[in-house]
Amino acid sequence: MEVSIQVNGKEYSRDVPPMMMLAEFLREELSLTGTHIGCDTVSCGACTVLVDGKAVKSCSILAAQVNGQAVKTIEGMAENGNLHPIQEAFKEHHGLQCGFCTPGMVMTAADILSNNPNPSESEIRHGLEGNFCRCTGYHNIVKSIQHAAQSLK
Amino acid sequence: MANQYIGQPVKRREDNRFLTGKGKYTDDLKLPGMTYAAFARSPYAHARIVAIDTSEAVRSPGVIAVYTGNDECGQFSVPCGWQVDFKNGETMKEPPHPLLAVGKVLHVGEDVAIVIADSLQQARDAAELVNVEYEELPVVTNARDAIKEGAPLVHEDAPRNMVYDWEIGNPKEEVDNAMASAHHITRLDFMNQRLAPNAIEPRCYIADYDVNADKYTLYTSTQNPHLIRLLMCAFALGIPEHKVRVVSHDVGGGFGSKIYHYTEEALLTWASKKIGRPIKWTSDRSEAFLTDAHGRDNCTLAEMGFDKEGNIVALRVKNEANLGAYLSTFSTCVPTYLHGTLAQGCYKTPLINIDVTAVFTNTNPVDAYRGAGRPEMTYILEHLMDTAALEMNMDPAELRFKNFIPPFDGVNQPGYQTQVALQYDSGNYHGTLRRALEMVGYEDFRRQQAEARKSGKLLGIGLSTYIEGCGIAPSAVVGSLGARAGLYEVGQVRVQPTGKVSVYTGAHSHGQGHETAFAQFVADKLGIPIEDVEIHHGDTEQVAFGMGTYGSRSLAVGGSAIVKSIEKIVDKGAKIAAHKLEAAAGDLEFKDGKYTVKGTEKSISFADVALTAYVPHDYPEGLEPGLDFSSFYDPANFTYPFGAHICVVEVDPDTGKIEIKRFVACDDVGNVINPMIVDGQIHGGVVQGIGQALLEGVSYNDDGQMITGSYMDYAMPRADDVPFIETDRTVTPCPHNPLGVKGAGEAGAIGATPALVNAVMDAISTHGVKRLQMPLTPERVWRALKN
Repeated sequence: MEVSIQVNGKEYSRDVPPMMMLAEFLREELSLTGTHIGCDTVSCGACTVLVDGKAVKSCSILAAQVNGQAVKTIEGMAENGNLHPIQEAFKEHHGLQCGFCTPGMVMTAADILSNNPNPSESEIRHGLEGNFCRCTGYHNIVKSIQHAAQSLK
Repeated sequence: MANQYIGQPVKRREDNRFLTGKGKYTDDLKLPGMTYAAFARSPYAHARIVAIDTSEAVRSPGVIAVYTGNDECGQFSVPCGWQVDFKNGETMKEPPHPLLAVGKVLHVGEDVAIVIADSLQQARDAAELVNVEYEELPVVTNARDAIKEGAPLVHEDAPRNMVYDWEIGNPKEEVDNAMASAHHITRLDFMNQRLAPNAIEPRCYIADYDVNADKYTLYTSTQNPHLIRLLMCAFALGIPEHKVRVVSHDVGGGFGSKIYHYTEEALLTWASKKIGRPIKWTSDRSEAFLTDAHGRDNCTLAEMGFDKEGNIVALRVKNEANLGAYLSTFSTCVPTYLHGTLAQGCYKTPLINIDVTAVFTNTNPVDAYRGAGRPEMTYILEHLMDTAALEMNMDPAELRFKNFIPPFDGVNQPGYQTQVALQYDSGNYHGTLRRALEMVGYEDFRRQQAEARKSGKLLGIGLSTYIEGCGIAPSAVVGSLGARAGLYEVGQVRVQPTGKVSVYTGAHSHGQGHETAFAQFVADKLGIPIEDVEIHHGDTEQVAFGMGTYGSRSLAVGGSAIVKSIEKIVDKGAKIAAHKLEAAAGDLEFKDGKYTVKGTEKSISFADVALTAYVPHDYPEGLEPGLDFSSFYDPANFTYPFGAHICVVEVDPDTGKIEIKRFVACDDVGNVINPMIVDGQIHGGVVQGIGQALLEGVSYNDDGQMITGSYMDYAMPRADDVPFIETDRTVTPCPHNPLGVKGAGEAGAIGATPALVNAVMDAISTHGVKRLQMPLTPERVWRALKN
């Protein structure tokens, strides 16, 4: 079936199988491999992207379901070669180790901060509930998001 | 400015690619003409394969090939890398581990057939059409049940399912006698439960056979590309090593589970030659739960005897270790040489006996998982200590101080010879515990706790003082203990003509930040900007050889190999500099990136020396051109990091829910190259340790079906399950490696679990609860409080 999806500001029209998931669409059709698949069951959050500004787990939504909508992936966060303040904060505060969960964490952080520019530690932790990280113990991810909140003000 | 980078929290150079979605994980690669594989896996834990019918699968759209154990690949087997003999000297039982099941399946999830198709969906659809007729056989999943007479046999030639029995320490009779005359004995009978490592990146392999060059390339999410090449070429497939390239770019976490040579790696490599096209297989999460090697799974009976004053008089441990259905690469050394040898802990215990029986069961193989044997032994020792303190009405900190080995630096005081073979390099266990007690405000806490108890609040504090053994070596010693590989590391330093430096390491980074930390000490040792240093790893055609990354060995062993090469570079550079400066090499000093004639202003920069080495017009006679050295570093000993972790919890008496109020960790990992990275390693390790204490556990039912095979059923720590981790450190350098470093990767996972369990037991001790089995779920705690 024909879908038209805006990804990172650019329109893409593709003929895709009706069962194709958004994550697969991004990775296989558009070669945007920054969106990772860790579980296929909405549990790990590595595949999180923004759909019309809201965090969505792209492994469990059909490409067809976002027809006509705007998707932002990790590849769309940095602008003109400059890291987004959230990316910058993750780098500054060692919010990543192996990097596999990182794109999902950054996109989820964008969602948390767009809804709540001044989140408490507990609000951040609650907001990250849908994203697994096995490397950092979340310590520096939470710190990174706290600092990103400051720099986004 | 001798050390501009060492000891600094230099921001990671690898981060930009990960933060912008440009990491290169194996599943991100797509090769021209690539095909996709899916597996038909056993639905039974133990069954005879009566017949396999692949005809329907072969006819399915897009299918290129279907193979089963009846094909040539069924004759190939992946090896075990460590031989442990029975007490009577007989060799361990080591049945073949075929690439696809032959005749029988021994655990749920075992590969029975591989289907290769043009698309992933086609491969998956066709795998459903592989029709296997099974005849179910009786199942055993628990180690203690498996060694009983009459238990179902996993392998017919392994009586009572025993892989081996093994013992270390003092003669059992001596230990028994000391135990018999002990004033007090604390006894624990528990299960160190099975864990699923759960790297967030699932395993992924792409095999690509090039018919024209008669050459294989395997892209694999592994922690040790050279080891995979060696095991696959020399033992599994019998193909020439120089015709195989193994590449492991970015890897999304390992925690041990990506050390091993898995059947799928060899099978895809073999099959890609058969079909003449590249093949990709990416595990899904269900397959990861069923087939990524698990960790822990020991049935333990542990006893510690004390005299009247609280001095330990003896330790006796009897362990049944469940190794699963087949021997994974390093499975056999985990409950023995990585476990029994750590039984001295931080204590002067005069008599120790550790008795281990390793068994086969109808479960997924078990191997090293973050800490590997050391968390299990630390849990025994440290849970014994806090439990003993409660039983003897002593303070757990005092009990430890009384029993600690006195500080020794390994230079002015000799290393400490344990009762269990190892000799510790250096340690100051008093120092880390004192600091951790200070950080947590121990005495204040005890006062608050007493107050809180009056109002029915369940506050508790738990201690854990661990020792770890990292960078296991030297090769000759581990070889005599059964290792079938050397445990050295390789480091090549290539100085380019312009003085820029390319470093090739056999260690492998899958989150540890080698590209940054290694560059820090290389830049300092050569006195050049860090921007002039590039670290390469993860490709057998770039790096001469290597043993990879596990057991917190990268910096202690891999870093030391690089230092050795740097020393050769500096020495050769001195000869060139001496020639240019018309001085004797012995009169030169190499500092801040230049050679200077001592006591003069005469100097030449490192970059000029490099250029001279490659443009040797005015050059020492007889000296080879170039500035490029490779070294193998085989350490003199293990390194022994240590530390003290303290946890404070509050238990809700109405729900059994545990809140971690504080977690304090004071670790000593020797010298520190990048404190930011070391702290990060501790945070992550601690949270994995918390996971074992509170949440995680792989369960099989009596039929051998895994009932925790997804993230819906297997609980792992999420961000809101844990607090910030408070860290500090003391520094006791390793005396036997050139960087003085010890290793930090596993410390957190080793120290954390007992600290947390001890805290909970302390909190609920007022309710008369004596023992609890991990994970301490709210239900378990609540039931214990109600009874």
